[in-house]
Amino acid sequence: MRKIFRAAAAAVAVGTALFSMQASAQSQPTIKLVYTDPLSGPFAQVGDANLKQWQYVISYINATGGALGRKFELIPFDSKTQPAEALLALKAATDMNAPFLVHCSGSNIAAALIEAVNKHNARNPDNRILYINCGAVANELTNEQCSFWHFRFDLNVGQKIETMVRALPKDIKKVYVLNQDYLFGQSVQRDVKTYLTKLRPDVQIVGDELIPLGKIKDFSPYITKIKASGAQALISGNWGPDINLLLKAGFEAGADLRYYTLYTHLAGGPTAIGPAGDGKVLSVMPFTENLAPQLKNEQAERFTKTFRDANKFEFTSATFRTILEYLQAAIVKAGSTDATKIAFALEGLAQKDFLGYDTVMRKDDHQFISQYIVGTFAKGVKYDAEGTGLGWRPDSVVLAKELMQPTSCKMKRPAK
Amino acid sequence: MEVFFVSLLNGLVYGMLLFMLASGLTLIFSMMGVLNFAHASAYMLGAYFAYTLSLYIGFWWALLLAPILCGLVGAAIEMYGLRQVHRHGHVAELLLTFGLALIIEKCVQMIWGLLPVPYRIPAELDFALFDVFGTQFHAYRAFMLAISAAMFGMIWLALTRTRVGLIIQASLTHPEMVRALGHDVPKVFTLVFASGTALAGLAGVIGGNYHTTDPAMAFSMGPIVFVVVVFGGLGSLAGCFIASILMGLLQTFAVVLDYSAADLLAKFGVTVSSSTPFAELLTIPIPRIGALLPYILLVLILFFRPRGLMGTRDT
Amino acid sequence: MKANRWYWAVALAIAIALPWLFYNWSTGRQSGFAVTLLSEVGLMIMFALSYNMQFGHAGLLSFGHAVLFGLGGYTTAHALNGIRGAELWIPMELVPLAGGLGGLVFGVVFGYLATKQRATAFAMITMGLGELVTAAALMFITFFGGEGGVSTDRVIEASLVGASYASPIQVYYLIVGWGFVSILLMKLQTQTPLGRMANAQRDNFERTQFVGYDPRLIRFYQFVLSGFFAGIAGGLFVILHEIVTFDAVAASKSASALLASYIGGAGGFFGPIVGAIVVVLMQSGVSLLSSAWLLYLGTLFILMVMYAPGGITGLLALHAPIVRIGRLGELIVPYARALLPAAVCLAGFVMLVELASFNTIGASQGKEFSFFGQALDARSVTTWLGGFALLIVGGLWLRAESRTFARTFNALLEAAKTEGGAR
Repeated sequence: MRKIFRAAAAAVAVGTALFSMQASAQSQPTIKLVYTDPLSGPFAQVGDANLKQWQYVISYINATGGALGRKFELIPFDSKTQPAEALLALKAATDMNAPFLVHCSGSNIAAALIEAVNKHNARNPDNRILYINCGAVANELTNEQCSFWHFRFDLNVGQKIETMVRALPKDIKKVYVLNQDYLFGQSVQRDVKTYLTKLRPDVQIVGDELIPLGKIKDFSPYITKIKASGAQALISGNWGPDINLLLKAGFEAGADLRYYTLYTHLAGGPTAIGPAGDGKVLSVMPFTENLAPQLKNEQAERFTKTFRDANKFEFTSATFRTILEYLQAAIVKAGSTDATKIAFALEGLAQKDFLGYDTVMRKDDHQFISQYIVGTFAKGVKYDAEGTGLGWRPDSVVLAKELMQPTSCKMKRPAK
Repeated sequence: MEVFFVSLLNGLVYGMLLFMLASGLTLIFSMMGVLNFAHASAYMLGAYFAYTLSLYIGFWWALLLAPILCGLVGAAIEMYGLRQVHRHGHVAELLLTFGLALIIEKCVQMIWGLLPVPYRIPAELDFALFDVFGTQFHAYRAFMLAISAAMFGMIWLALTRTRVGLIIQASLTHPEMVRALGHDVPKVFTLVFASGTALAGLAGVIGGNYHTTDPAMAFSMGPIVFVVVVFGGLGSLAGCFIASILMGLLQTFAVVLDYSAADLLAKFGVTVSSSTPFAELLTIPIPRIGALLPYILLVLILFFRPRGLMGTRDT
Repeated sequence: MKANRWYWAVALAIAIALPWLFYNWSTGRQSGFAVTLLSEVGLMIMFALSYNMQFGHAGLLSFGHAVLFGLGGYTTAHALNGIRGAELWIPMELVPLAGGLGGLVFGVVFGYLATKQRATAFAMITMGLGELVTAAALMFITFFGGEGGVSTDRVIEASLVGASYASPIQVYYLIVGWGFVSILLMKLQTQTPLGRMANAQRDNFERTQFVGYDPRLIRFYQFVLSGFFAGIAGGLFVILHEIVTFDAVAASKSASALLASYIGGAGGFFGPIVGAIVVVLMQSGVSLLSSAWLLYLGTLFILMVMYAPGGITGLLALHAPIVRIGRLGELIVPYARALLPAAVCLAGFVMLVELASFNTIGASQGKEFSFFGQALDARSVTTWLGGFALLIVGGLWLRAESRTFARTFNALLEAAKTEGGAR
């Protein structure tokens, strides 16, 4: 019995020693960004795609000098889509005195992280950390749940839906709304109704549906219902198999629909849509490789092309570069890598992004506001997606100043 | 009316796909008592093998060869894995297949990458066959129906008309007796396991380009197949068939029935408002829980009738 | 027995001292990561032991045990929020009982459904229930909080020992305290009539009925009690993380309990403790070093299932007769001779897996492939050949060595049988 405990203790000691060796080997003064996302299991493609884009952007920014003479360093942690693991990553980050924790996926993990970061920063004022949110889009995170230590660098659900509604063509009069049955999908459902009523009162919602997350394999019954309702367009916040299978069913049934989505541009989407989707599928996205040639911005095009040549998927998150540029500017402005000082420097910062658009990190709620694009999946674009021969054609760009939505955030700020 | 017919057709197609997957598992489970967690992995392998093969030799040859490859993998698993573990009990066999499922998923990720692969419906079958009340019925679905029906027919013929088939039938219900009669049960086991795996692979070849082919497909198809097998009952392929069609129709029709328990209560004059206890539960419309109905049915049938629908043995 | 009590004291001392191994002298505080990891180990130990009450002791294979754990967690989260809202004085030390009660109540509800059957039917019912609860946790907001889960704050300023539980180390000691209490209670339960009859109905179902006990009631009580302890673990989970989400009831959590029990050894009582440590180290430790940790976990199971179905404690128990005749020392050299080729073979296997994983997944991360600190070129044929060579040479050598080892071992067992005589 004793032997077992001794062996176990030794194993734990060795394991952690190995880890801390690895950690301490990086004790040159780099600015650490601890990045956590699913890197294994069924959602590994999300984390993996993001990781590659982050690595590329960081080496690019480091090549331009980093910040305050120090380079940035990304340390990945597998969250395995479980909040408990992400919280463990947070602990590791604070052990390393890293100023930034970066996370780009599920809102359930984001909610857990905001709470944990708030509590940690309150209980440990000498070892604070900032939570950089690059993908969790639930509205609550910059409204009811807003926090001084949280900075969201992707537009929230409300803003994405507003982008989509603004870009909805005038000839669409009947839409069907279909979403996944959980907080995010229900949020999309609510926001679509709000913004359609506000901006397009002429549009009628002929159907409104919630489906259980990830469980439906056969969407043809839903397509039947949608066709029967007479809808011309389908609006959906579905992601993963829930959108891929829905689109496939729609194409196969010959439904005369246009599909307005939030996430089909992510890795895996274009492959699943295939050539059958030419001109039918639209998605709101922060960036597409075809935007730079359209704007005739050669420097930006070279930036994305280098990434593209090394990877099989589209550089949809080239906006990570904007995030790093903001962090870089905030560090320089604050003159230090102390989390509290960076936070004060970062909120309210306004810069132009690498395409030349105006963007701002709004002080009231720490929501980043930038332009957003509606892209159509079509033939005849310069850069295709995932070797399918079709790519995302940026048909409309909604500017930041049109997306300044009100917020209910009552931000509590610490003493400077 | 049109909704009824379209849903009926859709439900049948989905049910037949489920049957292709579940029939192999019923055979394996009934004969060997092994809850094969790697069965859905064979489905995934079938799709991936077919994708790679069809890049070189076209879809039709892939349709023939990919299931055979899966069957070989299944035979290897049985001979070098399950047979060693058989003496340690059913739990050990289950864990073996569970470990295999994890390994296969990771290997698929390492070989083909994390993203879905562009495994598409062959051009010869990519057209609309006929119109059903304004909705097109795709030719590939007819193809799926045809293949599953043909497969069902072949299994039935093999089980009832060949000698091996009769031995298998007997082993489905009385495995010890068959062994006592002197038949080479281990070889039969290998044959059944390989055939079951090959059937799953065939389902993957056909289903993979219809749905998406990515490393998470085993993880998503797994539970519903178990539900079908247990619901249909041990030792009965006919039960499995009925259960598959039933589940397919159930899930399809649930989508079009837009009612909730609150609507039912309203008929009796009881109104449910947001302050009623369990209001959230009562106002749920059926489409939202459609995908959960199989599990509810599973729990109910196991509670009242553990044999399943048409089982000949207790689970 | 006096010796046994001594073991418990030593174990407690080790558990108390462990966090200090990771004390970072330069910053004057514990490594938060290490303390949280140790706390997770403690939780998993309790969870796996409660699972083994069903699996090992009563022969009930459940695929939905996480439901009881997670629901205990949700109950505790609501209880904590209620305590804060109503400003009651309930010391934190008693809060996990709320989780235990939650686990108990839901254990009664689900146990009624599940324990009507046994063996495979029981397993499938628990699987169905697990799926249903997971889906419900995503859909319903009032109790489950939907996707965001239920969050809470553990600093309620009420404690029997005056601790604020703001720092992770205090939470760790709370877990150690409750852990020992639970383990003690669970061990005592195995010696109660219910515990014994649970073993009986596992081993011989018909005979239990003839003796006069209703196996269904035995299964039911065992299920409910195991739910109580799982609920306590769930409550401590909420205190540790201050949030509970749907993945606390999901199938992967149930699977980890099963794996921990089996790997550690389901037959005895203490097996799941070892298994829990292995599983948590694999999940949260190995995953730091490699993204292929799931593959290693799968391979570990398969090896255990095929060659060591009694789990790690089973393997250790095999040595018991040899220890009794005091000839354990004779195995040191054979072990060393067998472990060396095993290490070589393992190194080859790990290298190949990492190479394959690197080339398809990790390649464009811009890192070099480094193996134990040596940077290697992931694309050159020599590296691949090197890996294969290690694997094959190690494997063949291991096979030869294991035959010699088996001979020595069996000879010692024979000697133990003849020499040891009557106990």
